[in-house]
Amino acid sequence: MGPKSRITLVLVLLGFALCIFIERSGLLSAYILQISMYVGINIILTLSLNLVNGYMGEFSVGHAGFMAIGAYVSSIITVRVFHNQMGPLVFPLAVIVAGIVAAATSFVVAFPSFRTRGDYLAIVTLAFNMIVKSVLENIDALGGPRGFMGMSRLTNLANVYAWCLITIYVVRNFVYSNFGRAVLSIREDEVASNLVSVNTRQMKIMVFLIASFFAGVAGGLFAHVMQFINPRSFAIQKSTDILVMVYLGGIGSIFGSVLGATVYTVLLELLRPLGVWRWVVGPIMLVVLMICRPTGIMGLKELSGLIPREEQVLKEKEGADVVTASD
Amino acid sequence: MSLLQIEGLTHFFGGLKAVSDFNLELANGEVVGLIGPNGAGKTTVFNLITGVYKPSRGRIRFDGHDLVGLQSCQIISMGIARTFQTIRLFRDLTVLDNVRLGHFAQARYGIRDALMRSAKFRDEEKRIKDKALELLEAFNLTRYAYVPAKALPYGEQRRLEIARALSSNPKLLLLDEPAAGMNPREIDELLERIAWLKDEFHLTIFLIEHQMRVVMGICERIAVLDFGETIAVGAPLEIQTDPRVLEAYLGKEVS
Ligand SMILES: Nc1ncnc2c1ncn2[C@@H]1O[C@H](COP(=O)(O)OP(=O)(O)OP(=O)(O)O)[C@@H](O)[C@H]1O
Ligand SMILES: [Mg+2]
Repeated sequence: MGPKSRITLVLVLLGFALCIFIERSGLLSAYILQISMYVGINIILTLSLNLVNGYMGEFSVGHAGFMAIGAYVSSIITVRVFHNQMGPLVFPLAVIVAGIVAAATSFVVAFPSFRTRGDYLAIVTLAFNMIVKSVLENIDALGGPRGFMGMSRLTNLANVYAWCLITIYVVRNFVYSNFGRAVLSIREDEVASNLVSVNTRQMKIMVFLIASFFAGVAGGLFAHVMQFINPRSFAIQKSTDILVMVYLGGIGSIFGSVLGATVYTVLLELLRPLGVWRWVVGPIMLVVLMICRPTGIMGLKELSGLIPREEQVLKEKEGADVVTASD
Repeated sequence: MSLLQIEGLTHFFGGLKAVSDFNLELANGEVVGLIGPNGAGKTTVFNLITGVYKPSRGRIRFDGHDLVGLQSCQIISMGIARTFQTIRLFRDLTVLDNVRLGHFAQARYGIRDALMRSAKFRDEEKRIKDKALELLEAFNLTRYAYVPAKALPYGEQRRLEIARALSSNPKLLLLDEPAAGMNPREIDELLERIAWLKDEFHLTIFLIEHQMRVVMGICERIAVLDFGETIAVGAPLEIQTDPRVLEAYLGKEVS
């Protein structure tokens, strides 16, 4: 283990200790604690959508639909199957199953939309989001439009933190591999990507599955912070919020997504006094961003600490005559 | 032994017959040229071979496999690589990443190895990177390895396109007007490079050009297209004196 990975490990463990300390000590108010968990959940949502919309350059607009599936599936597991009588492993498993079901559903969406070239994904995901919401509204066994309740507060700062780290780790490993390079090439020129041997259709489906898995996970965590979910929580507005966070923080950047999710979540809380008007902020920001800075704050740049060592430019090692982008 | 066999290849774009009953065989190790005036259907032939379009009629066999109906990525992984008439690099990716991408089909690790960064993943990534750097070295591009492709001068971009094509380890290389936009000195350098490539990488080369001068020197055989029709196939000297070719060319170059 190199010194850098040792430092990372120590930081990760310190983070866990801090989470547990904050929660036990009552240092932060319940409100702040709740916002912190939302920030974490939004990081997971943003980063996963960034894979599809940022790195791959497709335009999926129904991420909340997958989140809804995760939220309902995990709640059914904890409330209906286990009746809140649980060992410590049930909740993590419920969240994983939530992710798997969301990913499986996304396959149904991805398969037809990626069969042909063209911009079907936006339309298909939009429709998907609306269908999920109206299906949930019409299933009385799940509470219909009134929603589903009875979940215990199983989500805590430590497990949100853990899932954030897992998401960051998976996305980073994915991005800095042949698969990630392939995804970036699809973003630039899909036909050319196919012509350098990338199986673009398979890559698109793979990315979509990974993204939906984490949306489902985020849904599971969300349901067990709120302890109450209803179909309206997962409407297009929610999907729009996630889009804003992606494009605010920066496409194709892990750090960008962390930044975008944090800033936007806190901003929405600060704007609470605006009442319903604050729901106008997201769409307006999205439009302004798309026009003025379509790549977001970080825009395809990464914090160097998040780049695997072997991918960093080592001038000394690769010879002194290396030209870098900034020269 | 013939590596590529094209029989009765025909393609329509709506009512336009872009390629009509094209036949050609390429033997292993040959350098064959495809020439013809603008709009003759040359690029379309490449697009049909590499699966960008599905031919309206005809057969394409490569190394014993039927190519018609396969996806581009499958065709490329069988050992065909190409460059484009107008440069089509991944502009925002680094030069190194452009070349590493060509190894996509050959990477011997799966998604699970990548997500866990297993030992297999790390070994394989190292092998890919070393091979890519070797190619960059061979093409005199090492110093640009970490620069986005779009920052390269034109000539270097052209070279990078060929390097990227070679990274998928092809048997057959399709070059679409590699000399486009080059001055005579650069063209001479390119011709030398192509000759070197062919031996170094044991390639069969199929090359489009519309300046006749360029193909005469390096091609063993040349096919000439005009309005989708094959008007001549033969050795460079035969082509140069073929009356139909002269008519197609002179008729247009003079006007
Ligand atoms: N995607 C397409 N859709 C419709 N028509 C096309 C398409 N691609 C090419 N064509 C037409 O097919 C004919 C052959 O085009 P092609 O690009 O193969 O010519 P070319 O021989 O490569 O010419 P050039 O020397 O200008 O590159 C032209 O008339 C062109 O306009
Ligand atoms: Mg052409």
